Amino acid sequence: MGADRKDIARYAISLGDDSLILGQRLGEWCGHAPTLEIDLFLANIALDLIGQATLLLDYAGTLEGEGRDGDKLAFHRDVLDFTNCLLVEQPNGDFGRTIARQFLFSNFQLLLFQALSNSTDATIAGIARKAAKEVAYHARVASEWMVRLGDGTEESAQRVAEGLDWSWRFVDELFEAPDAKLIEAGVAVDPASFRPAFDAAIDAVLRDACLARPADRRATVGGRRGHHSEHLGHLLSQMQFLQRTYPDARW
Amino acid sequence: MYTTELQKNAQPTAVEDPARVAEFEARIARDEFIEPKDWMPEAYRRTLVRQMSQHAHSEIVGMLPEGNWITRAPSLRRKAVLLAKVQDEGGHGLYIYAAAETLGTSREQMVDALHSGKAKYSTIFNYPTLTWADIGAIGWLVDGAAIMNQVPLQRASYGPYARAMVRICKEESFHQRQGFEIMMGLAAGTAAQKRMAQDALNRWWWPSLMMFGPPDDNSPNSAQSMRWRIKRETNDELRQKFVDVTVPQAEAIGLTIPDPDLTWNEARGAYDFGAIDWDEFYAVVRGEGPTAKERLKARNDAWNEGAWVREAATAHAAKRARKAEAA
Repeated sequence: MGADRKDIARYAISLGDDSLILGQRLGEWCGHAPTLEIDLFLANIALDLIGQATLLLDYAGTLEGEGRDGDKLAFHRDVLDFTNCLLVEQPNGDFGRTIARQFLFSNFQLLLFQALSNSTDATIAGIARKAAKEVAYHARVASEWMVRLGDGTEESAQRVAEGLDWSWRFVDELFEAPDAKLIEAGVAVDPASFRPAFDAAIDAVLRDACLARPADRRATVGGRRGHHSEHLGHLLSQMQFLQRTYPDARW
Repeated sequence: MYTTELQKNAQPTAVEDPARVAEFEARIARDEFIEPKDWMPEAYRRTLVRQMSQHAHSEIVGMLPEGNWITRAPSLRRKAVLLAKVQDEGGHGLYIYAAAETLGTSREQMVDALHSGKAKYSTIFNYPTLTWADIGAIGWLVDGAAIMNQVPLQRASYGPYARAMVRICKEESFHQRQGFEIMMGLAAGTAAQKRMAQDALNRWWWPSLMMFGPPDDNSPNSAQSMRWRIKRETNDELRQKFVDVTVPQAEAIGLTIPDPDLTWNEARGAYDFGAIDWDEFYAVVRGEGPTAKERLKARNDAWNEGAWVREAATAHAAKRARKAEAA
């Protein structure tokens, strides 16, 4: 087995960063959603994501063995060291854009965690099994809203189509292969293996939603290597401000 | 208290059957629950709608000052706890709106009244959350004061309200503990953290005491509400209880209550405390609180910017219904 603890830690960090950054984004909605019910489910999803991030980043810290825990990783890294995908850091925009982002990401994350439930790394497998149940709900709620908005009014169809269009360039990045050593060792999965299932799931919902699948375009990538959009730095400056301002404090 | 306008109690408009009124009063006196389909005096119904909708509005507006810190919570655990807490507040708003709807007023009417500025919500949410310690202070003091008020309401005479309150009280007590835990951590932390904690207590103490509403001698309709058992203890009684419980908690974590007149009164077995600035309270009730404009704007913006989403959901449901009918 060629994968060492550091490799697994890096993988766990990228998984944890996806959850953390999207959880942070969804937290921005709290108190401002179009209905109380939407407010509650967005907070619910955010809460699940922050929970996943905590487990994954804590585990990464343990594997590294350098005294970092989930908080240290979340609050004391800068943009170049975050390895989340670009999709999750995109600004919320209107509810149409938020839901399109959620729809794409949750469908991806569901297949990913289902596959990782059989990871040879028992901790990652355990986290993935637990998270897959949560994410199945996220994917369902987001898909339902895609259909409501797509097959709602003219305005809602247009807005959700714009949201989808905004996010579409970031889809291919989700399917970038992680470290080959990890795939070989059965710790990680190659997401290319479930791309057909992803496309089928997305297309089925888009059909119900009377929405066209956006045209293929050049993928925007870089997140997994720390090369992010302009938005991440702002997100971090807000999320990390207390920890950075008071580095000696415990909360 | 989450209702600030009780003193504006409605007068009965029509003459009601004295026999029915007497039977109603007798049921209340026997501590029976009044249920949605039961006959009730119009004034009771109106007062309850006002009280319950104000309570629901307070939960919803209350999500804003705390929501202000979700993106800046200082640890993953604190972020998760705060998200869960603010989500609970939204859930409370939902149950109470639903319970109030059983009185024949729709949620839409209640929400419209909030957005137009006609309906009130607790004065406390018109103060800003400046530092992380404010999240501790809100949990500890504001939720602590809310519990004082709501525990007796589990025995309120209106069944749906009393039952909603049972679940709400359980969650509020978790909120109060998480707030106190934040304050405890800060008070035992660095000099900067202690300063934050004391400053938050200084700013939130008096507004928290005001949450119980005007003093009893200036709360003319309290007696009616007490007789109807939709209020079970007076404003001043609840306020006193709150002070007596909270002062030792502040002492335990080394924070100072910002009241030079605060002294233990051996004879009363209670704390005497300084005069409350009622001018400030009434100004905030009138909508002149420091963040009143921000709060109302945030609610209105969320509602207006979300209109297209609600319209889409309605249009989609109608399309589905038509399809189901055609099939």
